[in-house]
Order: sequence, then structure tokens, then C-alpha cells
Amino acid sequence: MENVNKELKVSALENGTVLDHIPAENVYKALDILNLKGIENPITIGINLNSKLYGRKGIIKIADRFFEDDELNRLALIAPHATVNIIRNFQVVEKRKLSMPDRIEGIARCMNPKCITNHQPVMTRFKVIEENGEISLLCHYCEKRSDIKSLF
Amino acid sequence: MNKSLISIQDFSKEEILHVLETAKEFEQNRTQHILEGKVIACIFFEPSTRTRLSFETAVNRLGAKVIGFSDASNTSVSKGETLKDTIKMVSNYVDMIIMRHPLEGSSRYASEVSSVPVVNAGDGANQHPSQTLLDLYSIMQTQGRLDHLKINMVGDLKYGRTTHSLLQAMSHFEPEFVFTSPDELKMPVEYKDFLDDKGIRYTETNSLEEHLDDCDILYMTRVQQERFTDPMEYEKVKDVYRLEASMLGNVRKNMKILHPLPRVNEIDQDVDDTPYAYYFKQAENGLYVRMAIISYLLGYR
Repeated sequence: MENVNKELKVSALENGTVLDHIPAENVYKALDILNLKGIENPITIGINLNSKLYGRKGIIKIADRFFEDDELNRLALIAPHATVNIIRNFQVVEKRKLSMPDRIEGIARCMNPKCITNHQPVMTRFKVIEENGEISLLCHYCEKRSDIKSLF
Repeated sequence: MNKSLISIQDFSKEEILHVLETAKEFEQNRTQHILEGKVIACIFFEPSTRTRLSFETAVNRLGAKVIGFSDASNTSVSKGETLKDTIKMVSNYVDMIIMRHPLEGSSRYASEVSSVPVVNAGDGANQHPSQTLLDLYSIMQTQGRLDHLKINMVGDLKYGRTTHSLLQAMSHFEPEFVFTSPDELKMPVEYKDFLDDKGIRYTETNSLEEHLDDCDILYMTRVQQERFTDPMEYEKVKDVYRLEASMLGNVRKNMKILHPLPRVNEIDQDVDDTPYAYYFKQAENGLYVRMAIISYLLGYR
């Protein structure tokens, strides 16, 4: 009986966005990438939940917050298989898939210690490169490649 | 929108050929005051002799005036001024900025905050496009063409930015490459992938003798001590190749030896007097090519 209550409380999102199937280890990064730290909306986070498809997954539910595609697509960098459910009046009114962004700004650090972005207040810009299933980031400034670990 | 030259990839094949043709015109007549009344800033945040002097000479020969500095230590930069502020300020004074800076990507950033065109005269180990264009010009002038040439690059192919940029620029002209380097300094995989994608053939060797006799251009480079983090690694490879006149007996008649200079031990002085040595003329070509770059970006050619 207690379990049922807990389940109900977590699911009870009247309006908002549910981000599901995030790799469990990347949930904190997902909060960073979507700028969710410090906002005042109620957020429910689940980590290490069982998933039939992915083993252990994470889930983030944000009340009263809806995202632009550009914002959400950044999530594809760390959670390419994440699904997005838009909730209105307790109903899932839309399911979205993410697509990998071509370019990202301000959400990764260049790994080249001699890059201008590591010495001066310059917002980082990268081109996203997908090669053999691996993602890397080509710095717009120093033209060197960083791997995906350089995301904030 | 201003046109800047930051990376050799910023120029299309047509633009490259246009700049090279313009350089020919300046070689025939090297004083042309077409930029009378213009002021151009040469701001060098790290020391350079050849590049700075040839850019400043180019500006003077075009009839424009030069302002700038050759050392950032007695400027506001030493007071902690950001690059953005320096560029904003300078770009309000002048018609063009030519800059060298030790940090990689600094010129691209400068071109985004500047209100006038920026020419990258070297940003750390990243790009140095005027060097690449003068290399292309030297190849074109010595071979009469750019297409279908066999280019043997020798030395530090790992850290040497000139070889990387030249490889990218030559890819427009269906070349064939030989990469001669010790195992420690091989051409990085991303550049070989780039050639594979374009269907351009290359072979790798660690013997200087192996492809001396079947190439059109021998592009020698210096092993740059300043790029090494491990001094032991530098000691192992510093004098690995040494080209001497006696090795040139069977080379192609049209073969020319290029080197971005300064050289250390990789080309013996006795090579200078052979008909194959072209590196001093190559450095002179830098003047004409830089005149062409400046006048093209300012819309005068």
C-alpha cells in the first residue's frame, strides 16, 4: 500500500515535462545541460530505476516547464535514447524523440589547454561530430577535438 | 559583413586561385600604392621576425600606414585587458587588423568582435594561413601548376601546423602525398581520414631517401622544440633527418625544396647552392602573397 502511494505521488504531474530513459549516471549532467539547477519549479528526480530496455535508468520530471527543441536536443549528447513526454492536465499530450544538435554553445569546455576559451571570458562553441557511433566536439575557435566528457 | 582570413579553410578554391594570381601581379610590380590613406594594425602578442616584417613591408608597399606592437609586455594587455577589449579598441582606429597571438582560436574570436577584417598571422599551433598561401604560390611558380603533383612532407608531421594546413589547401588539386617522419611524429589520424574521405593517395615512410627521387616538391620542416612537453622525446627525434647536396643526384629535374624557415640542421648549407633549393625565394614570395591577401580582403583586388 505504501509503495502505491509513493508511485502516485511521483507520477502526479499536472502540467510539465517528463524526461525518461536517461542513463542513470548522466542525470546530474542532464540537470546542468538543461539549466535546471536553481530554478523554482518542483522537480522530481529518479536515479537507478529499473528499465526493461536499458538496465538502470534515470528520470526527471519538471512541473510547469516546457522546453524548446533546441534546449532539449542538447540532452541527446549524453542521453541519445531519452524520451520526452509533455504532460497537460495529467495526460501525455505529446511524445518527442531527441535529435543530435549540429552545434552547441556554452555547455562544454574545450580540452585544449591553449585554447582561447580557457583563458578569456569567451563562450565555447562546438560543432558536434558523430563518427562510428562516437560523439566528439570540434572547437569553433582552436579547431581541436574534445570528447564528450568535456561537457559541464 | 567583413571577410577575414583566419583558417585556410575560410577560402574557397576560387579565392585561393584569385589570391595567387593577384600575388603574381605584385611580384611583377611590388610597389603599388593602392591603399593610400588606409591604416592597418599589426598587433603581435608574441615575437616573430619573418612574418611581422613581411606583413609590415606588404602594408608599406601598398601605400598604407602601419600601427601596432611587436610585444604585448608594454601594452594594456599587461594590465589585464582582455583580448576582446584590445580588439574593440584597435578596430575602431584602423581599416584592418593583422594579429599573432599565442593562444589557439584567438584570431577567430578577434574576428568576431572586430568591426574590420582580421588576418591571422599565427594563433599558437593552430593556423597560419598566409604561410599556406605562400607555400601554394611557391609550388605554383616552380611547377607551373598546382594539379596532380607529388608532395613529400618531411619532419615533424605531428605538431607542424604548416604541413596540416598545406595538406588541406592542396586537397583541392588532386595531389599525391608522401609523409616522411619518425614514428613519434607521424601525420595525425584526422588528417589521414580527411585524405581518405577525399580519395587522395598517400604513403608513409621513415626513410628520407625512399621518396627523394620521385617527388615534385620536398617540403622540409623543422622539429620544433617548443611543441614538445617531454624533453626526452625531443632529444630522440631532433636531428633525425639531414638533407645534403650529395643526396640529390637522381631527383626529378623540376623538384624543388621548400621549408617554412627557420631551418636548423635538417638542410645542410651545401644544398643552398643547388638548383633545387627554393626556400629563400619562398620567403620572398611571402611578401607578394601578403600584399595580395590584404588588398583582396579590403576589396581592392
